[in-house]
Amino acid sequence: MPKTADFTKKIYVALIFIFLYAPIATLIVLSFNASKTRAKWGGFTMQWYVSLMQDETILDALGTTLLIALLSAFIAAIIGTVACIAMSGMKKKTRAVFMGVTNIPMLNADIVTGISLMLLFISLGLRFGFGTILLSHITFNIPYVILSVYPRMKQLNPSVYEAALDLGASPLTAFFRVTLPDLMPGILSGFLMAFTMSLDDFIITHFTKGSGINTLSTKIYTELRKGIKPEMYALSTIIFVTVLVLLILVNITPDKASKEKKNL
Amino acid sequence: MKKILSAFLISTAILFTTGCGAEEDDANVVIVYNWGEYIDPEMLEQFEEETGIRVIYDEFETNETMYPKVEIGAAEYDVVCPSDYMISKMIQNDLLMELDFERLPNAKQNIGTQYWQQSEGFDPGNRYSVPYCWGTVGILYNKTMVDEPITSWAQLWDEKYRDEILMQDSVRDAFMVAEKIYGYSMNTLDEKELSAAKDALIAQKPLVQAYVIDQVRDKMIGGEAAIGVIYSGEAIYTKYENSDLEYVIPEEGTNVWIDSWVILKNAPHKENAEKFIDFMCRSDVALKNFEYITYSTPNEAAKALIEDEEIRNSPIAFPDLTQYDNLETYIYLGEEGDTLYNELWKEVKSY
Amino acid sequence: MKSKKHLLAAPYAAWAVIFIVVPLCMILYYGITDKQGAFTAENILAIASPGHARALWRSVLLSFVSTVICFLLAYPLAMILAAKKENNGSFIILIFILPMWMNFLLRTLAWQTLLEKTGVINSVLAFLGLPAMHMINTSSAIVLGMVYNFLPFMVLPLYNALSKIDDNVIHAAKDLGANKIQSFLHIILPLSVPGIISGVTMVFVPALTTFVISTLLGGSKVLLIGNVIEQEFTQASNWHLGSGLSIVLMIFILLNMVVTALFEKEET
Repeated sequence: MPKTADFTKKIYVALIFIFLYAPIATLIVLSFNASKTRAKWGGFTMQWYVSLMQDETILDALGTTLLIALLSAFIAAIIGTVACIAMSGMKKKTRAVFMGVTNIPMLNADIVTGISLMLLFISLGLRFGFGTILLSHITFNIPYVILSVYPRMKQLNPSVYEAALDLGASPLTAFFRVTLPDLMPGILSGFLMAFTMSLDDFIITHFTKGSGINTLSTKIYTELRKGIKPEMYALSTIIFVTVLVLLILVNITPDKASKEKKNL
Repeated sequence: MKKILSAFLISTAILFTTGCGAEEDDANVVIVYNWGEYIDPEMLEQFEEETGIRVIYDEFETNETMYPKVEIGAAEYDVVCPSDYMISKMIQNDLLMELDFERLPNAKQNIGTQYWQQSEGFDPGNRYSVPYCWGTVGILYNKTMVDEPITSWAQLWDEKYRDEILMQDSVRDAFMVAEKIYGYSMNTLDEKELSAAKDALIAQKPLVQAYVIDQVRDKMIGGEAAIGVIYSGEAIYTKYENSDLEYVIPEEGTNVWIDSWVILKNAPHKENAEKFIDFMCRSDVALKNFEYITYSTPNEAAKALIEDEEIRNSPIAFPDLTQYDNLETYIYLGEEGDTLYNELWKEVKSY
Repeated sequence: MKSKKHLLAAPYAAWAVIFIVVPLCMILYYGITDKQGAFTAENILAIASPGHARALWRSVLLSFVSTVICFLLAYPLAMILAAKKENNGSFIILIFILPMWMNFLLRTLAWQTLLEKTGVINSVLAFLGLPAMHMINTSSAIVLGMVYNFLPFMVLPLYNALSKIDDNVIHAAKDLGANKIQSFLHIILPLSVPGIISGVTMVFVPALTTFVISTLLGGSKVLLIGNVIEQEFTQASNWHLGSGLSIVLMIFILLNMVVTALFEKEET
């Protein structure tokens, strides 16, 4: 009985995985398709990977995407973490207001967030481009950081920090030596979440980008009209495989370590 | 408090300027806003090499999506390539710069007189625009998937092609088709006629596989659909890729359009913009562009250079318009007309 | 010390006001004025026009169905994953985020390739001698796209909530004679309510407001409220109407939050 239950569970998980990864497998297959149109299979080729390396517009878009994702996640991580520290010292009501405002970009529709930022930038007379995209991405990234750092903040034991102060550490040293390391896992996961969201965002960028600048998302959206260039599939495959390999590497190492511990 | 705030403000300011600095290279650029895949990218490179002017290139999908971006002025552009009716809208709203044809010798010399005459309809006196491409809107069909030759817009309402029809996903083109089957003008503002056209489009909706813009090309090549409404320029390319496809100008008549280069009034690089337009009018460049995008060129000098006689005399690329007496060009309908069409189109789409 | 901590709130407070609160006020302003700047309720009431009302109704319907499907798919999955917490649950969770690194538009486009008339699934069916299925450009295809794109947003909060439940509570219930179904209904389900609420919100809101999925998988035949708003801003350039409709959308999102919050109170 437990065995069949176990089996159905495995089947269920496997089915969901197929559902999640079927389109990705499709894209990977398309990246090796010699025919330019999606509809036909024209034989195996590596040519798109070669021409990708010469396609400046795609590489430019990739660079912009990564730079914006990195910068926005990094800045959001700093602002968000500082905000969390501040919130931990707040009265309940003030904190509730802060959390409420933080929740707005998470709960609001992307399209409304994007449009509202566009209206703001227009009225400020900003030139649409890298700067406006970056500001927007930081804005929707901060909540992800706060929501992953704040729970850790609450779990912190304030007496450790106070003990450090009693032992003569300056508040700054105490923060960097005691509080920050404890918060680090939360900050990192917030950073990663923000990075991923920034990478995958299309709608907000669509409304806040200017002429001559594209992230991968907006580039793909332009290409959707005339058919996606196969180089795009090749690039996505490369990104996907890189991340997958990194994930496996990162996850295998601690696992081994813990197993070895058990063996001891 | 003040220190933290000012540090924060300064750091964002620095970021901002470095961020903008990365793209803002005011010196020698021209910012072009064109239809998707509407130019041979090598010509952009050649222009950069010959003139030393860097091209910042951006693409739009329909006249309607282009207009608000240009109107807001938040994203700066120099050269844009709108269609006829949109050019007259832009002229009326004072968005365009009057051109100095002394500085556009290639344009003056190479563009055929008939295209200048045609442009008078939306740009009286030829003061603002230089024709770049032109064509018709027609039906592309797959000979192996239909029983009889397609000759009429009315066949897009034929029950037997249920789920085999691709319509254009833009207001004017969709309404044009419905207006033409009744013999109305494609620029009508008559409420009865418009409501009849709307009802026709709603009646047609169950038969339509999808409303698409440029995707019609891929879908027709791949055999996803039997019949599609398409611009003549795309028809030439699709016929190369799939020889079963045939293009026809329906007997009820259709839209003859021109896409032209214009320079915006608030363009930051006007001189470079002129150089760009004139470069695109050079016969060798226009020829390369024609070969790449397969849209009919109004550049007579370039047409004379086409080696393949079949293409030079192709009825798709260069139809003899005098054969038809029911061709029209869109005109700008005014703000109220635009709103009316938009409302009706939303009703069709949401049905 | 405490007063100093307060100061740290300044950067974020400034940021939130400039980039969150002010922009929203601008939408509100545009929504309740006309082109001449006079106050009007017209833009908000425009939701009642037949085209808009139909689009809104269809959006609510499709996003509701997608949310329910996501929930039904994700809950068992989250339970299975949560049970494995000693192993590498985090790795499995990352596997769910991983597809997000393949661009959202490309993922959705890939479904188009799968569902098309001459697409992958129909080719397989034809190979097996089965009749072709009509899948693309329907409401079902849009629901599928929504479920696909937003399923991780349901799985992650559910997993977080479920893996926090202390095993001892469940063991205790068993010891007290509760069977599996009873312990699920009376312990696991109520304890996972916070996860359910955030999961439902994270799926319902983007599904309600999407305009990309309906364009790509619905062949532009199914007009959602997100499409209408996007077109008002990017094509019709009627910001006032677009803002008015956005306000309606926000009201719907608020309603959703109130309903789920009430639900939460009932449960606990």
